[in-house]
Amino acid sequence: MRVNIDRDRCCSSGMCVMNVPEVFDQDDQDSLVRLRQTTFRPEQFDDLRLASQLCPGGAITVTEDESSGPTG
Amino acid sequence: MTSTPTTPAVRLPAPHSAGCLFNPPPAYTEAAAAGPLTRADLPGGESCWLATGYAEVRTVLSDRRFSADLRHPNFPFLVAGARELVTDNPAFLRLDDPEHARLRRMVTGDFLVKRVEAMRPAVQRIVDEALDGMTAGRTEADLVADFALPVPSLVICLLLGVPYEDREFFQDVSRTLLNSTSTVERLREAQDELLDYLRGLAARKRERPEDDILSRLATRDDLTPDEAAATGLLLLIAGHETTANMISLSTALLLDRPEQVARLADPAALPGAVEELLRLLTIVHTGVPRVALEDVELGGTTVRAGEGVIAMLSTANRDETVFGGADRPSTDELDLDRDARRHVAFGFGVHQCLGQPLARAELQIALATLFGRLPGLRPAVPRAELAFRTDSFIYGMRSLPVTW
Ligand code: HEM
Ligand code: SF4
Repeated sequence: MRVNIDRDRCCSSGMCVMNVPEVFDQDDQDSLVRLRQTTFRPEQFDDLRLASQLCPGGAITVTEDESSGPTG
Repeated sequence: MTSTPTTPAVRLPAPHSAGCLFNPPPAYTEAAAAGPLTRADLPGGESCWLATGYAEVRTVLSDRRFSADLRHPNFPFLVAGARELVTDNPAFLRLDDPEHARLRRMVTGDFLVKRVEAMRPAVQRIVDEALDGMTAGRTEADLVADFALPVPSLVICLLLGVPYEDREFFQDVSRTLLNSTSTVERLREAQDELLDYLRGLAARKRERPEDDILSRLATRDDLTPDEAAATGLLLLIAGHETTANMISLSTALLLDRPEQVARLADPAALPGAVEELLRLLTIVHTGVPRVALEDVELGGTTVRAGEGVIAMLSTANRDETVFGGADRPSTDELDLDRDARRHVAFGFGVHQCLGQPLARAELQIALATLFGRLPGLRPAVPRAELAFRTDSFIYGMRSLPVTW
């Protein structure tokens, strides 16, 4: 699974950080979203889908890889 | 238009049912049962749409073809005549990007999740002291005046740099501004008083800045004094009225469901329990206004450019397909173990509540501490005598007499 963030669409709601703190962070300078990780384990996939659905700005896009291999 | 004669337009704001005052007005629930989008009549006589479905509410609040700019000539006002109160510098709650983002981004740093986490000890201290004061030498108190209102007022005063001694003034003015039965004259007076107060305070902070939001706003050279005052007013009102009513309403509901109170004592269950209370109580009962900038297909209907839409958060939050399930109680019931994280009690889209991390921290600490310290807490009046704020844009309790 791949995760893309569009920082221009982030409204700093904090929803992603609250729900999946190991993956998402808020930048100290501009308060916009930052990724803490770029590769993900399959057990994180549900959380990442949730973060994408809950992002009020539509700033988080998850792409399911065609091969459902474990490396994501 | 697809509405049929069998679904008459809903009159906004609709009255609550005397039967169960924890529920949204029955007219909204009935509209939701009939379909995701209904015609509605505003108090000023204009008509608009009422979006009640979960998906439709999320679309109205996040699709940029719907505007939150109250200067739009067709913006749907929930108080007759409120269009006259629009100033040249609306707070960012009622502006679109890029104007909205410019102003919101000036204060997002103060509400970062990590910033709010660092404030937890201060919030805990405020909660502890409020409870000390409430219980000292007494066996009965008004939970609203002695706990629910002081806690978030103290917190926002601290953050914003507003003197807590001025609480009677700003709490009173805020209540007037949020009351759906206030006359336009009263609203104008209240708005002017509060803006004047904040302009004065900001001017003093510009001379002698302190470590608070208002000082930081007042000393920026890319913000006019009027813009700073409008932002301060938004933060001050949104910061205390909402959380105060969530605390009192949650307490009243939990006193009615004593078998569920134990979940608050489990730190692992507490955040989820607060999400469920936010979902079920959805204190922004009157819905959230927007106006369509283009024709938009919504809920099987075309909303035309220039038509107003009220996004009803309370019905969206009771959608069985999102929050229900065969193994769960109905979405009209409180179920502190439900996964309520998808709720829209804080709205959705770029206007989603800026203060939500703070509101969550305040609610978690206030409710866990209140029920933890006062295990015998119970209402001091019969249930039928509880006074709900049926005439306010922020639903809640007028007072809540309790004993312990
Ligand atoms: C339980 C408590 C709260 C609830 C249910 C709540 C609910 C909401 C909702 C529904 C909106 C969106 C309105 C719209 O889209 O038009 C909103 C916006 C906002 N809230 Fe809250 N709120 C709460 C607490 C707070 C607190 C503690 C603050 C702190 C200062 C705050 C500050 C704001 C601000 C500044 C906005 C405007 C955001 C924007 O337009 O970008 N709220 N809130
Ligand atoms: S959920 Fe979306 S808008 Fe909110 S902080 Fe994360 S990326 Fe930004």
